[in-house]
Amino acid sequence: MNAMTTQQAEPTATKPAPDPKRPSRNVDIWSLLMEGRAFIALILLVIVFASLSDSFLTMNNLITMTKHVAYNAILAIGMLFVILKGGIDLSVGSTVGLSGVVAGTLLQGWQLELFDIVAFPQVWVVVIASLAVGTLVGAVNGVLVTRFNVAPFIATLGMLYVARGAALLISNGTTYPRLAGSEELGNQGFLLIGGGRILGIPTAIWIMVVFALIAVFVLRKTPFGRWVYATGGNERAAELSGVPVKKVKMRVYIISGFCAATTGLIISSELTSAAPQLGETFELNAIAAVVIGGAALTGGRGNVRGVLIGAFVIGFLSDGLVLLGVSTFWQITIKGAVIILAVMLDQAQQRIKRSKNAALAAADRQSSRQAPQADN
Amino acid sequence: MSDAAIERDAVVMRARQITKTYGATRALKGVDFEIRSGAVTALFGENGAGKSTLMKILSGVETPTSGILELDGREIQLASTVDAAEHGIAIIHQELSLCPNLSIRDNIYMGRELVRGGIVVDERTENVRTRELMARLEEQLDPRTLVADLRLGQQQVVEIARALAGDARVLIMDEPTSALSGNEVEVLFRLIRELTDSGVAIVYISHHLEEALEIADHAVVFRDGELVATGERDAIDIAWVISNMVGRSADDLSPDLRDDFGEIALSLRNVTVADPSNPTRLAVDDLSLDVRAGEIVCLYGLMGAGRTELLEALAGRAPIQRGTVTVGGRELRGESIADRIRMGLALVPEDRQRDGLVQTMSVGENSSLASLSAYVLGFWIGDRRERDAVEKGIADVRVKTSGPSASITSLSGGNQQKVVIGKVLMTEPDVILLDEPSRGIDVGAKGEIFALMAREARRGLAVLFATSEVSEALGVSNRVVVMSKGRIVRQFEPKNATREDLMIASGEATEEELTGSAHR
Repeated sequence: MNAMTTQQAEPTATKPAPDPKRPSRNVDIWSLLMEGRAFIALILLVIVFASLSDSFLTMNNLITMTKHVAYNAILAIGMLFVILKGGIDLSVGSTVGLSGVVAGTLLQGWQLELFDIVAFPQVWVVVIASLAVGTLVGAVNGVLVTRFNVAPFIATLGMLYVARGAALLISNGTTYPRLAGSEELGNQGFLLIGGGRILGIPTAIWIMVVFALIAVFVLRKTPFGRWVYATGGNERAAELSGVPVKKVKMRVYIISGFCAATTGLIISSELTSAAPQLGETFELNAIAAVVIGGAALTGGRGNVRGVLIGAFVIGFLSDGLVLLGVSTFWQITIKGAVIILAVMLDQAQQRIKRSKNAALAAADRQSSRQAPQADN
Repeated sequence: MSDAAIERDAVVMRARQITKTYGATRALKGVDFEIRSGAVTALFGENGAGKSTLMKILSGVETPTSGILELDGREIQLASTVDAAEHGIAIIHQELSLCPNLSIRDNIYMGRELVRGGIVVDERTENVRTRELMARLEEQLDPRTLVADLRLGQQQVVEIARALAGDARVLIMDEPTSALSGNEVEVLFRLIRELTDSGVAIVYISHHLEEALEIADHAVVFRDGELVATGERDAIDIAWVISNMVGRSADDLSPDLRDDFGEIALSLRNVTVADPSNPTRLAVDDLSLDVRAGEIVCLYGLMGAGRTELLEALAGRAPIQRGTVTVGGRELRGESIADRIRMGLALVPEDRQRDGLVQTMSVGENSSLASLSAYVLGFWIGDRRERDAVEKGIADVRVKTSGPSASITSLSGGNQQKVVIGKVLMTEPDVILLDEPSRGIDVGAKGEIFALMAREARRGLAVLFATSEVSEALGVSNRVVVMSKGRIVRQFEPKNATREDLMIASGEATEEELTGSAHR
């Protein structure tokens, strides 16, 4: 568990005041199982699929599945920031499509009618432009939420349509089929983003790892990370403690938009084509990964490790079911049931924690009543 | 009074040896209590004395740990408020429990809608009866008006109407007048007399001693979970109530205070703040005040006197409309809360749960939240720096916890409050503002909090704290500033002032009431 959200009362050697009357805690097996439930679910999934299909545990299949997981995980890491803050970002799926289309239109030649030329920017320019567009979508979300007080659900729902519409307008509804670039134009290399491999492992997986590490660092080690947790936990208290709440909100949407744009680049590169419809319903998978990973939609609780496990559970579940030849209709149904089950277990775990803390607080009240008055 | 009593002073409801424990805490310790028909029984006691817990038990919100409830001499079990309502017991809560998005009518009939043919809500009859109820309460309001559009006082009237609509035999009123104007209080009191004349038993709780004594037939005083005194109307006065309310605990406070102060640390000149709930009204009206380094100044006043609004505006939560505020010689010019904290001005808010703590974070994370930037090295938080500061901080305010990683919700109210104060002290302020710092914590922790305040003042901090408890105002301050309706009405030195002086100045009681021992 992430140290930021550790709720367990661990006795430390350096505790400031000895507390003679702490009730003994029964470390019951139940709460341990609850704590690691998403991970246990993942292991169970692997065991079940491995026993039902010979090809599940092959290296090739694992790498392919993990690559699919990476698409969702990168989105979900961005989503985690927003959900920790107590918001939601429904626009990420559309941003995936928009960023792919922006890359596609630039790679196939950018019509500058004013100068009557067609520009073929280099790949790094294309990448930066796509990421900038995704970041812009996030910034618009942030402005709507902070400046105009639009509820995050509504603001990002609106941007879901706006960004999708923009993708369709730019591409005129058609798919950009060839993103390879050509040698004479000097814009080759785009396909390496999603298709390339480093040390035999697809770049998408490396990108996921890098994003996850950065997110862990930001959330655990920087003031901004702490502010995200504080704002999601109690916005009023955070503000009164001097946390720049508006800045925090603005930034989490920008992070989410950036992650979505990255996913858009990776997938369109992998597919070697950019369709304006790319990314439809991706936002729901990202939210599901965050929730399965134990984050609270009310904010303030969740961590990167949980999100990664959540993304793996969802990814392995879908790919495993495909491998077994289970019908798509069943796949969807099973995925929904898993999400509901995850949230039910989370509620049960929170109840245990709450009652444990309430008992500790009651014991604390009692002991402070019996304690002698503090000297002046 | 009227002689029309039908069944006056017969015991309708009786509680026998009621105890209530929360975890290891005993909120009520074997209380015997009687409610009489056709009479008003007034309950007195400081916060945490057990009044509210007893009322929750009588109205079915909570069940007693042990003890018996009797109605008309027969034992009853109240498992819920619905049970209580079926027995004719209704409660008007201290906090408004109305749905602002619904109309007056829908609020009054919430949960007990009149239904025609088993399906359709009979709005017409509901309208007629609501109008009758409002007429009895002398409010000219359309039953279809949204509660959100009503003044606070009118909302209180709706709350009262809701209790009346159920034809209650026992009516419990917990601070019913806190939001009412003088006129509305008169109407309420007339209505209470009407109700008692028709045999209804009323239990009345108020911090407004004068008012409560005016309407009381019997008085009962609670202290530390026990019923300590009962008295009849003719035998009691404010002095009797206060001496029984306070008992011994009053002298637990009073830490050492210094009397040599430093420079002026906080200076207000003609400060004016709008009422956030009603911008046309002023919550703070042209107020000027200086607080010196090392001095503890108490803002005393009733609810709604403008204390909270003043402190929140100083901290940067709400804008100051007019006037100047100087902190350590620098004038404030609309700085953000964060900037004011850096300037050395910080607030311990009134509502710990809502404004003071992040419940999802640990004790340590809550402590360092306001001073995080002090531990940053480059881009990230220095783990060791933060840990050292947190450990020093929570030891400094004597938080009893198993360690910085313990959940904040595992602490008692008193310890949570120490964390909030510790968080503010870790920003190394020059001026600290505390709004009702003892709210909702028990007597022992209260003493510790005030000792802490006095210690910080000795170290040179300027302290401005707000309270509505006289014993705190007189016990732990160098100067008491009495506020009423947004203005300073008087200032006292605690050693030259009495409880009565403060109560008269704040408008809590009038002189006649305090001197005349017998009550009308």
